[in-house]
Amino acid sequence: MSDTLIKTIFGRLSWESFPIHEPILVGTFAVVAIGGGAVLAALTYFKLWGYLWKEWFTSVDHKKIGIMYMVLGIVMLLRGFADALMMRAQQSMAFGANEGFLPAHHYDQVFTAHGVIMIFFVAMPFVTGLMNYVVPLQIGARDVSFPFLNNFSFWMTTAGAMIVMASLFVGEFARTGWLAMAPLSGLDYSPDVGVDYYVWALQVAGVGTLLSGVNLIATIVKMRAPGMTLMKMPVFTWTALATNILIVAAFPVLTAVLAMLSLDRYVGTHFFTNTGGGNPMMYVNMIWIWGHPEVYILILPAFGVFSEVTSTFSSKRLFGYTSMVYAILVITILAYLVWLHHFFTMGSGASVNSFFGITTMIISIPTGAKIFNWLFTMYRGRVRFELPMMWTVAFMLTFVIGGMTGVLLAVPPADFVLHNSLFLVAHFHNVIIGGVLFGMFAGINYWWPKAFGFKLDPFWGKISFWSWVIGFWVAFTPLYILGLMGVTRRLRHFDDPSLQIWFVVAAVGAVIVAIGIAAFLMQIFVSIRDRNSDRLRDFTGDPWGGRTLEWATSSPPPAYNFAFTPVIHDLDAWYDMKNRKADRPTSGFRDIHMPRNTGAGVVLAGLSMVFALAMIWYIWWLAGLAFVGLLGAAIVHTFNYDRDYHIPAEEVTAVEDQRTAALAAHPQLAGA
Amino acid sequence: MARFPSFPVRLAPLAGLSLLGGCNMVVMNPAGDVARQQADLVLWSTALMLLIIVPVMVLTVVFAWKYRATNKEADYRPDWDHSTGLELVIWSAPLLIIVALGALTWVATHTLDPYRPIGRLAAGRPLPAGQAPLEVQVVALDWKWLFIYPEQGIATVNELVLPVDRQVRFRLTSSSVMNTFYVPAMAGMIYTMPGMETKLHAVLNRAGRFDGMSANYSGAGFSEMRFPTLAMDDTGFDRWVATVKGGQGALSQARYLQLEKPSEKVPAMRFAAVQQGLFDRIVKMCVRPGEPCVTMHGEGHHGMQPPVNNRPAEGSEGALMKAPEEKGTSPHLTAPRGPASGSGKPGDQTNRNMTRLERPALPGAIQSARS
Repeated sequence: MSDTLIKTIFGRLSWESFPIHEPILVGTFAVVAIGGGAVLAALTYFKLWGYLWKEWFTSVDHKKIGIMYMVLGIVMLLRGFADALMMRAQQSMAFGANEGFLPAHHYDQVFTAHGVIMIFFVAMPFVTGLMNYVVPLQIGARDVSFPFLNNFSFWMTTAGAMIVMASLFVGEFARTGWLAMAPLSGLDYSPDVGVDYYVWALQVAGVGTLLSGVNLIATIVKMRAPGMTLMKMPVFTWTALATNILIVAAFPVLTAVLAMLSLDRYVGTHFFTNTGGGNPMMYVNMIWIWGHPEVYILILPAFGVFSEVTSTFSSKRLFGYTSMVYAILVITILAYLVWLHHFFTMGSGASVNSFFGITTMIISIPTGAKIFNWLFTMYRGRVRFELPMMWTVAFMLTFVIGGMTGVLLAVPPADFVLHNSLFLVAHFHNVIIGGVLFGMFAGINYWWPKAFGFKLDPFWGKISFWSWVIGFWVAFTPLYILGLMGVTRRLRHFDDPSLQIWFVVAAVGAVIVAIGIAAFLMQIFVSIRDRNSDRLRDFTGDPWGGRTLEWATSSPPPAYNFAFTPVIHDLDAWYDMKNRKADRPTSGFRDIHMPRNTGAGVVLAGLSMVFALAMIWYIWWLAGLAFVGLLGAAIVHTFNYDRDYHIPAEEVTAVEDQRTAALAAHPQLAGA
Repeated sequence: MARFPSFPVRLAPLAGLSLLGGCNMVVMNPAGDVARQQADLVLWSTALMLLIIVPVMVLTVVFAWKYRATNKEADYRPDWDHSTGLELVIWSAPLLIIVALGALTWVATHTLDPYRPIGRLAAGRPLPAGQAPLEVQVVALDWKWLFIYPEQGIATVNELVLPVDRQVRFRLTSSSVMNTFYVPAMAGMIYTMPGMETKLHAVLNRAGRFDGMSANYSGAGFSEMRFPTLAMDDTGFDRWVATVKGGQGALSQARYLQLEKPSEKVPAMRFAAVQQGLFDRIVKMCVRPGEPCVTMHGEGHHGMQPPVNNRPAEGSEGALMKAPEEKGTSPHLTAPRGPASGSGKPGDQTNRNMTRLERPALPGAIQSARS
């Protein structure tokens, strides 16, 4: 066959694109192939494919989609953390004559992939998953506003994650840093597939994120139970609303800037090139106009979790609810006014830098007020140190340090010496691990019994907790110190041997965190194994003495969440019902109108993935085909009129009677 | 000129920060006055914030302990959720700190603006009258640093030599992608960007040898994009200039184009002469003979140059425009593939895999500063 024909068919894909000469990747591939093969074989052997397809993949139930998001986040956490371990290992050995084990081409992909995966495919799925699961339950809704869209959003996010994973074994990932700054990410300086993988993974996943944002805003605005005015909404729902407003307003900017970058790369335009009227500084500005709100997209739901947890485990109303809500809104608005603090060193001039520095500092005022509110929620409370509360206290002690170093970095002249240093790296891990991730672990431990009907094992949970907290500080304190020693980020080799000890300490910290991750997986395993034991099983649906509506229904909740839409009289709706000894309705059930499962989300996301991979490898015919298929599938789906069904009243009665019996057999715990 | 006082290190418990482990915290103990003021600012800001951080952390621990569920002695008021007085305190305490820090920021950002000539040599030492700043033109190349001394008519690669106690005005640009120029002992960092010029004013107050680097990731050779900064007294500096001038090699346009090609781990190089106006041509992206220079829109107007350039497009065409044969392959280049010499053409495949484990011996190179 002629070269032209081969290139037309396969684009730039060739045997050379497979990393068969790279032992680390071949080993990884072997592990993935064997592990993946075992999972597939087990699924086939136990005939689980039909179950997975019918009950999970095609499900439009917000609860199942929420759980699938969390699974995605955990799987990708393992990948992102493997990258972190490789970086720590490389930096702790590559001194002087020792070049370490990663050449630049590999190391540069590793730090890029670590950042991209941890933000887009770990933190985002965790946050979206929690919001998906909890928000409809907290507001007394049966599902989200657009259940099919929810399923589609999940699969688009997953497709993005799969594109990133594909780059591990076919071709390579971007070597640009996690924001792919132009002009380095342009065709002139990154001609290979890496940046294309980056662009298309984020574009595909971005569609999912944006639509999920629209969906949750509509849900929160339109589907609250009667009586739940905005100022009676649980704080987690408030933070979810703010986060999704941020998503809807910020993600289109990311989409636009990546679209312009791909136009530069595919069509030869000059948005961000050095010549032809291009301006790389515009890329830096635009990516951070998305990037800074993104930080708050991640942290606000974590703040929501901490608010719920502190109030529940202090057995006390949340202190300063109103000021909490205003603090959330102030943060939401200010999130758009600070992006330039990511590049004070670009030379914008003193007045511009001061403006953005001071707006950044102002954000610390509402954030500080929130910390005080949690503090005074504990004050005069009865604080129970269950796992979610332990994560919360660890957060409060860790996050204030991260916040302090953040404000420090907002002082432009201080930023001049700390920007792009390991001090900066330590700072953002301090707020993302100490804030977002601790919040997600608090949330997982808090809502797990709601999702599955049994608590997570506290023994392994405590091992995980202490390993994470200690490991975090051991791993990142050295980076703060190294930053003050003038060591900058993304270096793969050092000359000064006196730095090595700090990197070795940091590597030890990463290993301690690894123990924390292993203990977390062990915690899940042990809890599932012992799910019927007395210590973990919960029949009441309200194992913690909860205060918000999600604890009013059974654990796990029925598909329809609430047999009757509850009526809300107080901020702590469920606490209020318990106090007033409100009766649980046991008769008079009616048919419940529910959305029907559909495979359209999987199909559309799958076609999007094929389209993206074809674009990455320049296989134009396949891209065209996939795009036409995508449009066709979307049109076909619009003709699917079989979108809903009714759960008959008898079935609802049966389910509710079962719960009545369970409650009678296991008398309600005193609501603390 | 308004200045905040230097931080009384000995008086403050914060001193612990700079004493930590006895390690060389160059950012906290720099050799130049600008970096000194920046370090003081770090300490002042931290001290201001600790005023509120420490009470919060202490209260967290105290409340968590005192109101633990097993302590039935403690006051328990499950419905207490509001106190106007407390709310006023918890909003105004951070507010006051931020007002103080904001004022400090405004003043410091203006006094320490890198574009602004420095106002003093060091605390209590004004600039000598009539002393003109030394100009050094800095070009970030893939992956090494070029320093041009226009007054002296010399240039170096990966070796920056400066006289002690003399203001230096850096004019900076880059040949291909963005980097940042950073000598932690001297002053904060500043971006170097292709087709654009940035400025930095600084001074070194102490003779010695300090690390310099790029702090913004710029590609395969980024990690080794470092240079020693040597601060010398005036006579030492003059002697060094004379040595360089007495050496060989001139940095002509042609030599620059050769130098510009990507290369890694480049040992220090010296040029006894430099072509006139080379730096300006680099900024305007017209070093290659026959290339039209960029004229920025609105050039000549007062103020900063708007960064939109009207340079005709060059470089790779879009992927969709390529014939099948031009698509190339995207081989997996993780394993080192032996020596590759860089090409000055953007997007050239030979620039992709530059990493070699052995150090190249470049002609005209002196003993590497880092060997």
